Amino acid sequence: MSKLELRERFASIQRESERRNEEKNKESIPTIFIVMSTCGLASGATETKQAFEEALSEKSIKARIVPVGCLGHCYAEPLVIIDHPTAGFPPICYYQINADRARILVRSYLEGGDPVLKYVLGAMEENDLIPAVMDFPRFSLEQRLVMEHCGHIDPNDIYQYVAKGGYSGLVKALEAEPEEVIDLVEKSGLRGRGGAGFPTGRKWRIARATEIDDKFVICNGDEGDPGAYMDRTILESNPHQLLEGLAICAYAVGANRSIAYVRAEYPLAVKALQKAIKSAEELSLLGPSILGTSFNFEVSVFQGSGAFVCGEETALIQSIEGKRGMPQHRPPFPVEKGLWGRPTVVNNVKTLSSVPSIILRGPEWFRTIGTEHSPGTAIFSVVGNVKHPGLVEIAMGTSLRTLIFDVCGGIPKKKEFKAVQIGGPSGGCLPSSFLDTPIDFDSLTQAGAMMGSGGMVVMDEDSCMVDVSRYFLDFTQKESCGKCTFCRIGTNHLLNILDRITKGEGREKDLELLETLSKDIKDGSLCGLGKTAPNPVLTSLKYFREEYEAHINEKRCPALKCRTLIAYYIDLEKCARGCEVCVGCCPVDAIFTTKGRKKAIDQELCVKCGECRSVCPPEYDAVFKVSPPELAPIIERPPEEKKESKKSAV
Amino acid sequence: MIPRELKESLAQHIASIDHPRELVVDVMFAVQDHYGYLSDEAVEEVAELLDMSPLEVEQLATFYTFIYREPVGKYVIHVCDSVICWMEGHESLLDHLSGKLGINLGETTPDGMFSLLPVCCIGYCDRAPAILINKKVYGPLTIEKLDDILEKLRAEGLTPSI
Repeated sequence: MSKLELRERFASIQRESERRNEEKNKESIPTIFIVMSTCGLASGATETKQAFEEALSEKSIKARIVPVGCLGHCYAEPLVIIDHPTAGFPPICYYQINADRARILVRSYLEGGDPVLKYVLGAMEENDLIPAVMDFPRFSLEQRLVMEHCGHIDPNDIYQYVAKGGYSGLVKALEAEPEEVIDLVEKSGLRGRGGAGFPTGRKWRIARATEIDDKFVICNGDEGDPGAYMDRTILESNPHQLLEGLAICAYAVGANRSIAYVRAEYPLAVKALQKAIKSAEELSLLGPSILGTSFNFEVSVFQGSGAFVCGEETALIQSIEGKRGMPQHRPPFPVEKGLWGRPTVVNNVKTLSSVPSIILRGPEWFRTIGTEHSPGTAIFSVVGNVKHPGLVEIAMGTSLRTLIFDVCGGIPKKKEFKAVQIGGPSGGCLPSSFLDTPIDFDSLTQAGAMMGSGGMVVMDEDSCMVDVSRYFLDFTQKESCGKCTFCRIGTNHLLNILDRITKGEGREKDLELLETLSKDIKDGSLCGLGKTAPNPVLTSLKYFREEYEAHINEKRCPALKCRTLIAYYIDLEKCARGCEVCVGCCPVDAIFTTKGRKKAIDQELCVKCGECRSVCPPEYDAVFKVSPPELAPIIERPPEEKKESKKSAV
Repeated sequence: MIPRELKESLAQHIASIDHPRELVVDVMFAVQDHYGYLSDEAVEEVAELLDMSPLEVEQLATFYTFIYREPVGKYVIHVCDSVICWMEGHESLLDHLSGKLGINLGETTPDGMFSLLPVCCIGYCDRAPAILINKKVYGPLTIEKLDDILEKLRAEGLTPSI
């Protein structure tokens, strides 16, 4: 089979894709793109779509509705892009379009020609009328390689991906020798995006070099880190790019079979991927003798069913083999002896999705993005206390400050930044002094956090670092598979100590104990889960030691978070005579009326839920939180009051 | 006993691949879909289909969050206890849920309508606090929204399915 034939067969697919495109453009009717990935659906995109359909048919307006994947702007869902070629405006992106707003858009814009500026996020192209989204920091600071087409194409339509240059990378790879493909990937300096940052090219070369013919490629989509959902979005929004990367990888290492391991928690992603596999097989872009070449490649989807530890590659392989997903000793590494004892390349969704453009545009181009030792981009799901949470793809080397403050809008409610947790339960918490740290594999590891798979949790001044560590230990303790004693029992002990500290029962030697125990857990565990489980404790101890000390020595929670160590009280100076709002919301009848018809809290009854503080009208703002609890002024509840309040409760 | 057609289609699928054990999770799901949960009988059936011992299947069935070894309610509520949900008030949400349904985590309401289970991060952090009900995601939740959802589901659940 000559290269010419291969190219000819692919060219006919491209022609079909062009033909479909032209057919659409022939009729110059408006196109409505609706973000229909999980985030869109959860914010009501289905209702939005229905409203558009109804309104269009009521007014007998002809328009095309195209469901697309995620743009990464989770704060603005449901997002809608309307391309109305005859209205004189460029395609416009609208935010938070619910059913009512959808009807308004049909009436005002599609029928009346008024683009309804108040719902506009921005124009999708530079123009003189409407500010373009490219000029917003969110868009201009981002650099999209992996998510380039996410949100711009219908993930269920393979031709749309082909129209964007999709599968050209695979064709180019098939024209070359497998070694040449590996050379390109190696030269690009691509490192594994699952967190560890192992050079992808080197992994492929080792797999290629093994003499066994029967090899496997596994796509690790078992994204379980708390706060991370990048893989889900890529799978939902552009599964073909991943499949193309998988096929290139398989061709390069000489594998014929691949398994995509995806969490069952992501039903939409599973469905999108299965559908994509089918349509790629129909066009001979996957399956037996791809595009007429001698390369056979089959992909199947394996659904992980809710076990965090299965994201670890050896545990993942065990899970596929139908065993409990428990990590195994390495070496031998999977790339030498993996699934069913065969050489197995395990790559992350983002790593594989980076491959097609490297092959197509060349390693030199890839190296122009990012830093010398971490070329390319990083994708983060920035969540927690930020104004614009969502998925962000930035060049490696961008500082944490730029990402958190410029791209994601900083901390809401005028609060102060306190810490950022990177790398999930294996990562660490970095304080504000690290905000200028560039985001790349080496700098983050040096700082005590890690790149991880891309979850980034931003915390404001109200977060208690001891409590955050306690949370993460609670997580790892539950998710430990139980194989290694130190991980199984050690994490439980860490949790108990932290629990004690947050309850004000910390002891003098606790901090020392935390440190030695953490070290033992790191040394005595087999896999990444145990080896990194103490990281949240160690980094927070390093950077926020005074918070631990305040909890232990003064029984005080500086962030006013730990319930046992705080108290609420009502400032009688500020409390309004006769206002009863807090009384009604208290679930335990702890609020009573004191002299001058002002309110006070019965500390004995108070469960510290904080409801009174959140309902107190802002013009009074009379409810305060203090730590330690002894600081709250004690106001005696009159005995008859107690009775009365009971009566009114009945 | 699982219906013959289901058994045959599973057996066929199993026979078609090199490493039948790779299918064990899929088979468990298929059988669970039939029974509503993985009963002792179901465990044995899965084992027989895949030529495994019931104990091996049991090991797996108890390992994965989404395989149920006990009967579950019509609506299985998975409450995400991930860090973002936790920061956004997962604890009070959970308290409310257990109070309202009168059950703790891991239990099912006596009318067989709801089961309450914990789940590690479900990846809907942009919608925190979030829960899954029969694997469909709901969020960001408030106590009022949650009450609405429960009421709607209860009404739906009471209507006999045709």
